[in-house]
Amino acid sequence: MAGAQPGAPIPATIEVRGLSKEYRRGVPVLRNISIAFPDRGITAVIGPSGTGKSTLIRCINRLVEPTAGEILFHGADLVRLSRKALREHRRRIGMVFQEYNLVERLTVMENVLSGRLGYLPAWKAFLRRYPPQDIAMAWDLLETVGLTQYVNQRADALSGGQRQRVGIARAVMQQPDILLADEPTSSLDPKTSVEIMELLASITDTRHIPVIVNIHNVPLAKRFASHVIGMAGGAIVYEGPPDGLSDDHLNQIYGGEDWQE
Amino acid sequence: MSAHPAAHSRPPAFLPNWPARLAWLALIAYSFYAASILDVTWERFVTGIDNGIRFIGRMLPPDTSASKLQLLAKGLYESIEMAIIASALGIALSLPIGLLAARNLMPAWVTWPMRLFIALCRSFHQVIIAIIFVKAVGFGALAGILALTVASIGFIGKLFAEAIEEISLKQVEAIRATGAPFFSVIAYGVLPQVLTRFVGFATYQVDSNLRNSTMVGIVGAGGIGGTMFAAFQRFDFDFLLTILLAIIAVIMVSELLQNQVKKLYQ
Repeated sequence: MAGAQPGAPIPATIEVRGLSKEYRRGVPVLRNISIAFPDRGITAVIGPSGTGKSTLIRCINRLVEPTAGEILFHGADLVRLSRKALREHRRRIGMVFQEYNLVERLTVMENVLSGRLGYLPAWKAFLRRYPPQDIAMAWDLLETVGLTQYVNQRADALSGGQRQRVGIARAVMQQPDILLADEPTSSLDPKTSVEIMELLASITDTRHIPVIVNIHNVPLAKRFASHVIGMAGGAIVYEGPPDGLSDDHLNQIYGGEDWQE
Repeated sequence: MSAHPAAHSRPPAFLPNWPARLAWLALIAYSFYAASILDVTWERFVTGIDNGIRFIGRMLPPDTSASKLQLLAKGLYESIEMAIIASALGIALSLPIGLLAARNLMPAWVTWPMRLFIALCRSFHQVIIAIIFVKAVGFGALAGILALTVASIGFIGKLFAEAIEEISLKQVEAIRATGAPFFSVIAYGVLPQVLTRFVGFATYQVDSNLRNSTMVGIVGAGGIGGTMFAAFQRFDFDFLLTILLAIIAVIMVSELLQNQVKKLYQ
């Protein structure tokens, strides 16, 4: 693990200890990973495709079941939680996806409100009987992401950038204590990618929600992240501030030098 | 020829599919053989046309006497009632059954019994199921309703389960990630993706139930079918025509209604 924490240690929001994942026996995708994610700012996880970034982030909210290890969040080990307790903890973990994963046939408003599903009995959700403060919060968030005129449009009518804004609004609707973003910009054009990263940065600044973002675009990571984790071959090869990320590190992470030209 | 020097060394662009050709030939040959065994001949067909024309002649003009129309209205109304009740029951039951039979959402120990049950519902024609229910609950509309319900579960349940198996799991995953309880995951992650298809299957089944509700009466399971069968046996061919025209009208109206319903859920 290269790089050092500058100044006082930052308290962790989620701590991963000895995390391993094998989809097939004997073929580890994550090898004994231990990280303490800082409780503020954007933490960028960089690395080539297939190196386990996605698996790491999905192990945190157990969309993927870890093979071994601990994930400490709110004083509990997420890996050992029962189904019910896991659902309660998932409410506090927002997630943003590469392909937005909106429910295409629901409206923008319904998609944003679905961030509250963990707090609402199923029958109320089914009848769309959300508490007024939830609906007010949804309007506020749609204002923040600039989509109020699309409220009653179906999600499949939106462009990629707009969809990702809805995806982010849905995640923030959960009033999460942490946001996970799995390659949120990989399906977007460069300009929209920057806008989405700016949106995530403003959310982490104004709402004090730490963000963990998987990203393979190194300049984007360096520009927006306050903390960088470099992964290669299912293990961490760099952890520290973006300034500390040297060409040597990048070679170690991505292999070779040609791609940097 | 020198312009295409490679013409002789290249393999043919389209390879003949000999097994398929042989299979088609065998099918044609067997059809002729089976027709000869079953005494299907051209002469019988031609005399049949003659009989048919005389039969249609006896149906005209349709019988529209008040007593017959009353009989028709009673039977037809019962058929429509049966079709609607059976459709409502069938749709309500196929929703959970289809969900439980979807292999991408449920574990194998749930889907297998459900798929077996759906297959059983599909195994027999409505009329055969109606015979069984007539034996079980006696003559009348109830037997017909039960038979049509079973058929509805077989059709909607199977297609609904297949529709669910084709949904995008990414949308489901996103809803799960919010900490939503199971039924909310179904209501937000699954149902919106399959609702239009479900409505399509359901309206088709209403149509199918309407047509079949005119059939099951033949074995005593209620509806216009009984009246129709009686008209046949009493050689009331002019009344028979009235019944047939009325059924056609009902089916056409149902077709129009279906299109309106589908528009509600585009």
